[in-house]
Amino acid sequence: MDNMVNVYLFGKKYSVPEGLTIMTAMEYAGYDLVRGCGCRNGFCGACATIYRIHGKQELHACLACQTEVQEGMYVATLPFFPLVKQIYNIEKIKPTEQIMMQLYPEIYACIGCNACTKACTQELNVMQYIAYAQRGEYEKCAEESFDCVMCGVCSSRCPAGISHPQVAMLARRLNGKYIAPGCGHLEDRVREIKDGTFEELIENLMQKPVDEIKELYNTREIEK
Amino acid sequence: MYKIEKFNELAKIVAEKRAENADLEPRRMTAEEKDTLLATFHPDYKQEEFTVLSAGVNKGEKVPTQLAELLQGKSRISAADVDLSAPDYDTDVLIIGGGGAGASAAIEADEAGVKAMIVTKLRIGDANTMMAEGGIQAADKPNDSPAIHYIDAFGGGHFAAKPELVKNLVTKAPEAIQWLNKLGVEFDKEADGTMVTTHGGGTSRKRMHAAKDYTGAEIMRTLRDEVLNRGIPVVDFTAAVEIILDENGKAAGAVLMNMETKELLVARAKTVIIATGGAGRLHYQGFPTSNHYGATADGLILGYRVGARLLYADTLQYHPTGTGYPEQIFGALVTEKVRSLGAKLVNIDGEVFMHPLETRDVTAASIIRECQERDKGIETSLGKAVWLDTPMIEYKHGEGTIEKRIPAMMRMFGKYGIDIRKEPILVYPTLHYQNGGLNISADCSTDVENLYAAGEVAGGIHGRNRLMGNSLLDVIVFGRDAGINAAAKAKETSIPEKLTLDHIEKFNGELENAGIANETASPMLLPKYARKA
Repeated sequence: MDNMVNVYLFGKKYSVPEGLTIMTAMEYAGYDLVRGCGCRNGFCGACATIYRIHGKQELHACLACQTEVQEGMYVATLPFFPLVKQIYNIEKIKPTEQIMMQLYPEIYACIGCNACTKACTQELNVMQYIAYAQRGEYEKCAEESFDCVMCGVCSSRCPAGISHPQVAMLARRLNGKYIAPGCGHLEDRVREIKDGTFEELIENLMQKPVDEIKELYNTREIEK
Repeated sequence: MYKIEKFNELAKIVAEKRAENADLEPRRMTAEEKDTLLATFHPDYKQEEFTVLSAGVNKGEKVPTQLAELLQGKSRISAADVDLSAPDYDTDVLIIGGGGAGASAAIEADEAGVKAMIVTKLRIGDANTMMAEGGIQAADKPNDSPAIHYIDAFGGGHFAAKPELVKNLVTKAPEAIQWLNKLGVEFDKEADGTMVTTHGGGTSRKRMHAAKDYTGAEIMRTLRDEVLNRGIPVVDFTAAVEIILDENGKAAGAVLMNMETKELLVARAKTVIIATGGAGRLHYQGFPTSNHYGATADGLILGYRVGARLLYADTLQYHPTGTGYPEQIFGALVTEKVRSLGAKLVNIDGEVFMHPLETRDVTAASIIRECQERDKGIETSLGKAVWLDTPMIEYKHGEGTIEKRIPAMMRMFGKYGIDIRKEPILVYPTLHYQNGGLNISADCSTDVENLYAAGEVAGGIHGRNRLMGNSLLDVIVFGRDAGINAAAKAKETSIPEKLTLDHIEKFNGELENAGIANETASPMLLPKYARKA
């Protein structure tokens, strides 16, 4: 038999093999998961979870699919958190300082407690990226927040009621669309395709007998 | 450090040969060598793992056994369970699935001025798109062209793809990147705006665009944000369980099921797009998978029951580098970008046993051969694995490269005490992608009128093997096209009058006549992972 550890799922005690993640421990305990389970690989933020180890004070936040169970772990999942997402037209807004003021004014009520950063399941410096957003430094906000999976744990801990992941989402879109440099070779190629530059070449390939195209493929030059 | 001392010892051998291995340019295999390797070691060639279908439009063709069970399974409802005369939802375009293809389709249908609606059994964005790490292909560099991209994709797919689909894939690729960029998707760029591009397995030009190793996540969260900004209705935790037809056999909506309350609902639509994704959670041949929780082939079942034909449903992609160790992330994807950046595949003796950027099917088969026939794998608690020498990336490109270019990989292994900058990682193939799917024409229509398909659920775009970066591309290009074409068709279609579910009984009859009726509830909707005492 494997070494077993005791975990408390929503307060109820289960004995599960060590080495399981919180998610697989829930399944081992018999849960059929519908909510709180998405990519199972740390990318989607569906399985935000908070826990405390018996006898200790500190509250931890994590993704259930990425975290091993520990002895005495008290677990509560957070499969949904009511983040506030403002509606905007990306074509009409501009990357000005005012846009954050208009859409997410609560970021200026940040009291600097840093609870968001401490809670982040991706170990991001959340308070720092909010500070960048306050100052209209969207490029820095985008970079600092890039690995965010929008699980919402930061917001659940925020006394100012900030929806940090949505603020960062807006900053990244502003950066991607308006601030990051445009791409000349991409625009050129789109134009060439619209002008039909490759049309004949490709039609030609489509008509080729399989043997000929095999030859082309097997002898094609590969960029180093 | 590995918790298991044996791995630390074996990793030293890899470290000792790193300098020598880094300089090595391994030979590429010849076409004949690849054919033999695939026939001997690729899972698609294991005949005993397939079942020949006895009912439906693909009767007589083989598909993976687990898929056959579902295709020939039992509907979750009968026609009497719902009142088709009083739809709960009425829309122009009904989109089933909230991944990259579904979201792209919704945005384009909305842009065309019709009513679109997304239903998804989990949340919008719970999809393989979110998990795509490495990149998205587009031939937009001066030394590249859509024609070269065409040859790479068509050849990589073993010359089996539908040429008109490959043409759309490659010629619409640059515009797809531009569309994403204009929506605010960030791409790795040089200071002057030049895209940072790398190779993927089987590419002959460096045309892999990326947003670090969160490329799919960056695309998906932006598309989701745009869908919400447009006010497109998204009905989450609601699965489609049957397609509804009209009296002329045209698609006219779907029966939906609330995943939590099990309530059945009727959605009526002028056109329907199936964008439900892949099937990794069926765990074909017992493989682990890199796919998200909902990848259970639902769309294939929905389409098949109403007569939409499948194409190449017998070909799956096993991603060569799934995580082999630790157990907690067994089968999780190790992005191909790790190899694009220069990491090589190494056996237990520290030998580079192949060129790291052969196509995925060839690479997977080669790793399986190394572990089985040649017995040069590293024994783990879950089987065998080979090394992927990640420290080689920083040996070649300098310190800091890994954190900057593949932060997700560094985080994923870091949680288990493995520093991929200093230690090589253990990998083995994982079930990754459904190469085939519902047969579509160039306009994304299936064999059933007013029924469209886009994304991983569709077949024919990638032939019998898909290249890295052509799937993110496919969900955008064909997702958009499906939205545009389904919207145009909806405009010339009046509200369906008589809705029917007669196909359920008809299909049941066919199963009974063939003597293969079974009780497997289908579509599966979610895998059964709960341990039952």
